[in-house]
Amino acid sequence: MRILIIEDDGEAASFLVKGLREAGHTADHIADGEEGFLHAVDELYDVLIVDRMLPSRDGLSIISGLRAKGNNTPVLILSALGAVDDRIQGLRSGGDDYLPKPFSFNELLARIEALVRRHAPDETETVYAVGDLQLDRLARTVTRSGQTILLQPREFRLLEYLMKNAEQVVTRTMLLENVWDYHFDPQTNVIDVHISRLRSKIDKDFDTPLLHTVRGAGYIMKV
Amino acid sequence: MMRSDTKRWAFSDLLRHVKSAPGWRDAVSSFFKRFPRFFKTIAFKVLALYTVAFSILATVFILYVGFSSGQIVRGGMMQLIEDEVELLVEEFERGGIRDMVEAVDRRSFRPNASLYLITDPAGRPLAGNISSVPPGVLKQPGMFNIQYARFEEGGEGATNHQALARVFVLPGGIRAIVGRDVSEREQFRTVIFQALRTSVVVLILIAVLSAFLLGRRFTRHLSEVSETSREIMEGNLSGRIPLSGSGDEFDQLSANLNQMLDRIEQLLKGIKQVSDNVAHDLKTPLTRMKSRIEQALRDPSDAEELKAVLESTLTECDDLIHIFNALLSIARAEAGEGQSFAPFDGVEMVSGLVELYEPEAEERGVELTSDLPEGLEIVGDRQLIAQALTNLLDNALKYGIPHMAGVNDVHGSENDPDAGPDASHTDRLGNTARSKIALSMKQEGEAILISVTDCGPGIPDADHARVKERFVRLDESRTEPGSGLGLSLVNAVATRHGGAVHLENVNPGLRVTLSLPNLSANKNKKLD
Repeated sequence: MRILIIEDDGEAASFLVKGLREAGHTADHIADGEEGFLHAVDELYDVLIVDRMLPSRDGLSIISGLRAKGNNTPVLILSALGAVDDRIQGLRSGGDDYLPKPFSFNELLARIEALVRRHAPDETETVYAVGDLQLDRLARTVTRSGQTILLQPREFRLLEYLMKNAEQVVTRTMLLENVWDYHFDPQTNVIDVHISRLRSKIDKDFDTPLLHTVRGAGYIMKV
Repeated sequence: MMRSDTKRWAFSDLLRHVKSAPGWRDAVSSFFKRFPRFFKTIAFKVLALYTVAFSILATVFILYVGFSSGQIVRGGMMQLIEDEVELLVEEFERGGIRDMVEAVDRRSFRPNASLYLITDPAGRPLAGNISSVPPGVLKQPGMFNIQYARFEEGGEGATNHQALARVFVLPGGIRAIVGRDVSEREQFRTVIFQALRTSVVVLILIAVLSAFLLGRRFTRHLSEVSETSREIMEGNLSGRIPLSGSGDEFDQLSANLNQMLDRIEQLLKGIKQVSDNVAHDLKTPLTRMKSRIEQALRDPSDAEELKAVLESTLTECDDLIHIFNALLSIARAEAGEGQSFAPFDGVEMVSGLVELYEPEAEERGVELTSDLPEGLEIVGDRQLIAQALTNLLDNALKYGIPHMAGVNDVHGSENDPDAGPDASHTDRLGNTARSKIALSMKQEGEAILISVTDCGPGIPDADHARVKERFVRLDESRTEPGSGLGLSLVNAVATRHGGAVHLENVNPGLRVTLSLPNLSANKNKKLD
């Protein structure tokens, strides 16, 4: 992926660039808002990471400017302002995801990968498949190796989201937001139990585990 | 002199009387010179306006009364005169001039007699108690104000009097005058004007006094408020405005201001408490981190050890971030920042949370039950309320279950969430117990009540208020991980919505109730 980072904190930006490069992506960094905007317009990127507070032009203004020019590159907004209202404001300006600072790098990585994936024209797929596991979105059925697996509605939605983002890390926060529509950090690891129950239904009696835990990040669905 | 003159006389008399009052101008101007500051106050302006308005009204009133009474008296006189004229004419018609003269003579010497004059066509007096009238008076019949001289005075130098008189002509050219002396009216008018002057002065004094007293109360109240405000600004938060106990608007204003001051004091206390607590409770993990890192740096050769220290530092950092975010949420909720209230489906939210927590509860051997209505719309901040309820559920799972050795170990480290405790829970005695946590939501009157009831040791009544403060942890729970912010966030969310949090020991267990005012427009309709 080609990533552009518009962030005025030099040290934070250099950590990001290093981390992203290590993950196999191309990352450019620009510290000034206006310059960043022009760069985003001229060059082609898969995803933009934009900080809200920037010199000469703030993050939200950059995003609305891009959208006004018909540029729909997915944008992840970074900000120390983490309240729900700030989030809503950010998303309304045209941002696609919002990550409050301080954040965990794995969270950021998982989210931008999900953004790019979401951007790909896959929305019309009605059947998700990972290995021999199949999920039919319309019929609401799940089968593996031909055997039907019965899932509760919430378990179905959980599996659907994991399979939609197959081969990419999905964090607990992302799950809480997308499968349950809650935007906060739960103290106890409530999500983990849901995952383990799902696992016991789709993985336990079969040869190949498909739902894996990624240490320090979250979960991933892959062969 | 015509009738219309009477009105003009009244006004000029008034002006004359007022202007002749001794030295009032000097008194007022010296007063003005001595107290220049007084005249900037609202009290003075109110006083002045009040006095002027009052005096004008009083004067107008008295003048009106005087004028009307004067008219009545005049009317009475005229009537009297007319009656007498009629009588005399009757006498004349009956017995000619001789009878009339006799009647006049008879009447002239009565006490409080009217004035009479009968003359021959040439003007020579024939009878009556008027000695002379100015020339020309007798020529025209009608009702006039005339001057005359009375007999009693006699001779030259007799003062002229004024009279209201009717001049009439009888057959044969006989002229007659019947009248009444207006000195009565003059006396009456003098009395009125004296009364007027005295009244106006007294009224002005009363107006000044009452305006002064009222103004003083007003000014005193304002200066009490100013005084108390200054005290508070200088740092003495306990100052309050004293109430006079009369329950009037001043007292109500004072009571409201005092309430506002209570709130300010509470907020300032909150800020101080936060900074005190922050100082202590955040420095502790920071100190821990620092010493661990310093220790590792003393002997940096062991890469595994370094890695372990870095990982634990990362975990501590995450905890600190979590605490900071919680503190910010609480502060924002308390300050009422951001109006993101919207209607949402309360039953959907709560049942979603129950479903989220149910597996976790089951893993710990806890039965999570819910008692929810068919449909309930809540107007508020869905995220905040959801977060508050998860705090309550977390607390219930952590502290609200009777501790049996080996059961309820906090599981789910990030390394391997599959390795939970065994699904079958038995205690030392071999009993399989299922503890209960119950969630309920209902509408009661104007409030929506959401309760979480556990079956743990509860919280002593004496601590119920304290646990809602930040960073408060009871000794019994010090071994569990937690920041002590859970309930204070719930409290802040409740307050933000205009509601409250109630704690109740229900032996066994604790019930925490979040009470929210029902702001829904559909509160009396049932949702399908």
